[in-house]
Amino acid sequence: MAVSSSRVATRRAVNAVFVAFCNLVTLLAIIALAAILFTLVKNGGGSLGLDIFTKASTTGEGLADAILGSILICTMAMAIALIIGIMAGTWLAEYAGDGRYGTVIRFLNDVLLSAPSILIGVFVAQMLVANTIHHPSGYAGAVALALLAIPVITRTTEDVLRLQPISLRESGIALGTPLWTVIRTIIWRASTSGILTGALLAFARISGETAPLMFTALGNNFVSWDMYQPMSALPLAIFSFTTGSPDEVKLAWAGALVISVAVLAVTIIARVVAQEKKQG
Amino acid sequence: MNTLAPESFDVSVARLENTTVKLDVQELDFFYGKTHSLKGVSIPFAEKSVTALIGPSGCGKSTLLRTLNRMYALYPGQRATGKIMLDGEDILRPGVNLSMLRARIGMVFQKPTPFPMSIHDNVAFGVRLYESLSKAEMDDRVEDSLRRAALWDEVKDKLRDSGLGLSGGQQQRLCVARGIAVKPEILLLDEPTSALDPISSAKLEETVTQLKADYTIVIVTHNLGQAARVSDYTGFMYLGELVEFGETASMFTRPATKRASDYITGRFG
Repeated sequence: MAVSSSRVATRRAVNAVFVAFCNLVTLLAIIALAAILFTLVKNGGGSLGLDIFTKASTTGEGLADAILGSILICTMAMAIALIIGIMAGTWLAEYAGDGRYGTVIRFLNDVLLSAPSILIGVFVAQMLVANTIHHPSGYAGAVALALLAIPVITRTTEDVLRLQPISLRESGIALGTPLWTVIRTIIWRASTSGILTGALLAFARISGETAPLMFTALGNNFVSWDMYQPMSALPLAIFSFTTGSPDEVKLAWAGALVISVAVLAVTIIARVVAQEKKQG
Repeated sequence: MNTLAPESFDVSVARLENTTVKLDVQELDFFYGKTHSLKGVSIPFAEKSVTALIGPSGCGKSTLLRTLNRMYALYPGQRATGKIMLDGEDILRPGVNLSMLRARIGMVFQKPTPFPMSIHDNVAFGVRLYESLSKAEMDDRVEDSLRRAALWDEVKDKLRDSGLGLSGGQQQRLCVARGIAVKPEILLLDEPTSALDPISSAKLEETVTQLKADYTIVIVTHNLGQAARVSDYTGFMYLGELVEFGETASMFTRPATKRASDYITGRFG
């Protein structure tokens, strides 16, 4: 076969240009990420001491109330969201099929996935703050964040379960196992890392959410374990300190750094645990 | 005579004599939605013997196999009519407990499907559903099953390792061990060696030959040599019908129908 050298040269050139473009774009993304992290560490790292974790924000030296509030609210939100999200995702993947009911739920879930978070905040405020508890509370904040996390977990759970080969399901069934047992003991286990990824995405998303907490948890300057009362959270503290005195701005940066490191730490720990479980 | 048939061909279904029929398929029709994919299939499966189902792709061999443990019932839109008598009881009638049925009829699939757990737990999985054994009894059952599946020597030192870490051939024998651990009466094998290398295939065939002392085995295969080596009876299927059924030895030496003869000699398929 005749090889046209000019065609080969053109193809090489096009290839080189495309690869260069991909590298450039990747570099841009990494630069932006590095710049954010750098600013965060530069501005937040200085004021990051033990005081941040031990003193309440009323003293102007710490964020203990906001950190505790964030931990409580996020933990509760994730507990609610994991149960509902995994169950809903499992139902969509295993039982709903392409029926009308499943299609509608799937569509609504996708809508919820992209719903503005402030809308969720207003909705929960209307439900729990205005009509049930009658004052802002940590519970209301947790419910609002859970509503944000549920669609993410539902969606990823469904997608991951659908990726499992049909033959895996059938070989469980072929042993005389009821479908529900196959799902629990085989399919979920085979999908652990995917479901975990969804949960981490959801956690990362809610841990920085401010808008849904403003009308629900409201904020509180005292260290409090009582989720029935208004509760502080890191994003709320950052939001109110960013517009304050230079010292308060420093605290806001420290808070931002704490959130970022916490999300990173949770991600790494969860990955390591999942990895060990898989090998074990 | 059905004048709408695209082509007609002669059919030869031998009677089974001097042997017990474990599973007797009678006038079975199967539908995927509106597609009529098995047409009046009647075939007996003799106890403690190996029956091979052969035929070109899409002829209905796997479909027939999937009716035998009612695997198709998982999917709405798939249905079977006719009778499948297991020890004299029709398993197609409504109200049959499918879990109990499938515990009696094990199945191994085309591709190895180890569960995401240790080798030991893979084998113990089905047993735990139906029996509560002591740890020692369970260990014995696992060892016995792995021995029968000719895998024990390769895995005895790593029973706690994940089943996913084994080679393809070992995974498939693990699936056989898992299937026989629940002590089924019948074992269905759906092209069990099509994803395996020749050495692993030979080992699996050896396993099948040993297992038939205790089990009624039905094997779907595209490999005619395999059918000739492992089976006692062979059913040749074509376009959803059973064209010829008889003892493997006579089918492969003196096929009674032209279709089977053409297929076996490699003229089509």
